[in-house]
Amino acid sequence: MLKSKHLLGLDGITKKEIYAILDTARHFREVFDRPVKRVPTLQGKTVVNLFYEPSTRTRISFELAEKRLSADIVNFTSSASSVKKGETLIDTMKNIEAMKIDMVVVRHSSPGAPHLLAKVVDANFVNAGDGGHEHPTQALLDMMTIREKLGKLEDLTVALVGDISHSRVSMSNIYGLRALGTRVIVCGPSTLIPREIEKLGVEVYHNVDEIIPQVDVLNILRLQLERQQSGLFPSLREYHNYYGITRDRLKRLNRNFTIMHPGPINRGVEITSDVADSKHSVILDQVTNGQAVRMAVLYLLSGRKQEEGE
Amino acid sequence: MKEKVKATILTAEDIERIITRLAHEILERNRGTENLVLVGLRTRGAHIAQRISDKIKEIEGSDISTGFLDATFYRDDVRTRLKQPSVEVSSIPFAIDDKNIVLIDDVLYTGRTVRAALDALMDYGRPACIYLVVLVDRGHRELPIKADIVGKNIPTSVGEEIKVKLTEVDEEDAVILTEVTE
Repeated sequence: MLKSKHLLGLDGITKKEIYAILDTARHFREVFDRPVKRVPTLQGKTVVNLFYEPSTRTRISFELAEKRLSADIVNFTSSASSVKKGETLIDTMKNIEAMKIDMVVVRHSSPGAPHLLAKVVDANFVNAGDGGHEHPTQALLDMMTIREKLGKLEDLTVALVGDISHSRVSMSNIYGLRALGTRVIVCGPSTLIPREIEKLGVEVYHNVDEIIPQVDVLNILRLQLERQQSGLFPSLREYHNYYGITRDRLKRLNRNFTIMHPGPINRGVEITSDVADSKHSVILDQVTNGQAVRMAVLYLLSGRKQEEGE
Repeated sequence: MKEKVKATILTAEDIERIITRLAHEILERNRGTENLVLVGLRTRGAHIAQRISDKIKEIEGSDISTGFLDATFYRDDVRTRLKQPSVEVSSIPFAIDDKNIVLIDDVLYTGRTVRAALDALMDYGRPACIYLVVLVDRGHRELPIKADIVGKNIPTSVGEEIKVKLTEVDEEDAVILTEVTE
C-alpha cells in the first residue's frame, strides 16, 4: 500500500497512499473506544523514539501509539545521553541499531536528519519533525481531522496562516493537500513566506481579512520564535494585530468552517483564546486523531523491507 | 497463477435457504433471542451476519444487535508479511459482557482468522459464550477450532479455493469452487 519502507515526508506521496493511511487510521481510532485500548499488532517489534528536540504532543502521541500496538519502546532524549559527550548522530544511531531494533521515530532540529539515518541503518523510519522541513504525521492528522469534520478533502480551500518559512507543518500540509488537488492558500507577512513557494501550487496572500471569506479550513501555525532570527516583524503585538485570528475577524465567515492549530499555542499571538476554545476549533480532535494516524503509519510500515514494492 | 472455476457449489437460492436454516438453528440453540448478539467478520461474514439478523427479525419480530469485526490487527501473520492488508472499521456498538455471541464468517479454513477474532472479542469484554457459525466449512484446520453450526461442508484439497460471492460486494450470490493452476 505504501511505496516506501519509511515515512520521511509527504513530498512525492500519492493520493492512494494518503487515503490508505487515513482509512487505516479510522480503524485504529475505534480502538480508543474499547475497554482494552490495545491491539497485539506490533508485538515483538522494538521501536526507538529518537528525540533530539523538545516535544510534548508528538512524543507522547507516538509513545502511546506504539504502546497501543503492543510494541516494545525505547525512549531516547538527547539531553540525557552521550550526545552530551560529543557522540555523532550516526554513531548514536548505529549503536542503537546494534541492539536490534525494528523501527525508529526521529525528531531532529536539522532538516534531512531522518533521511540521513535511513541511509545508514536498516530500520523503518518515521520523521517526527526535522527542522523547518517536514512533519508528515502532523499533516496526515490535519487531513484526517478535516475529512472527519467536513466529510471530504478535495473541493476545499485550506489556508495556512502565519509563519510558513519556519514551519515544517506547513510544508507537509502543502505536499499532502496538493497531492489530493485541494486548493491551498498560504498567508502571512512576506518575511515569513518563502520565495517562490507558488511553485508548489499554492496561492500567496498577505492580508488575512482577504482570505477569511474564501476558506473552509484555517490552519493557524505557531510563530516559531525559537527558529527565527530577529527583525522578521516589528513586534508580537503588531503581528497579532495583522495576523492574529480573533473573533472579530471571523464574523465575516458565515458558513461551516474549521479552525486548526498544530500546537503548542501562543495564546493571544497567532490566535486568541476565545477562538482557540470555540466550537469551530478542532484542536483537541487533532490530538486524538494524531494517535490514530501514528498507529496507522507504524502498522503500514512495519515489516516493509524493500525501498520500492507493490 | 491462473484460476479455473471447477463448480458452482451453491446458487443464490441455496444460500437463501441456508441463511434461513442458520437463523432457525441459532434461535433453537439460544432458545430465542434473549442475550443474543451477532458479530460478523469483515468483509463477507459481516454481510452474512446482517442477512441472518434480518431473517431472525422476520421470524421472531425482534431486532438483534449486530456488530462487525475486522480482526486483521490480531492476525498472527501481521508480523511476518511484507505488505500489510487493508482494514475496515470494526463496529460493535454494544456491550458484549454476559452476552451470547454468535460469531459469523463465510468460510472456515485454517481457523486462524477465528482465533484472531476470538482474541479481538475478548478485548471488547467478557461474553457469556461464543458460538461459531460459518456458511462453508472447507476443512484443513491448523488450530483446534470447530464451528457450532455449518451452512455446508465442502471437502476440498489445498490447491482448491472456495469463493463466496455476495451481492453486497460482488455481482451475484454464489459459492464457487476454483482451482489454482500454475
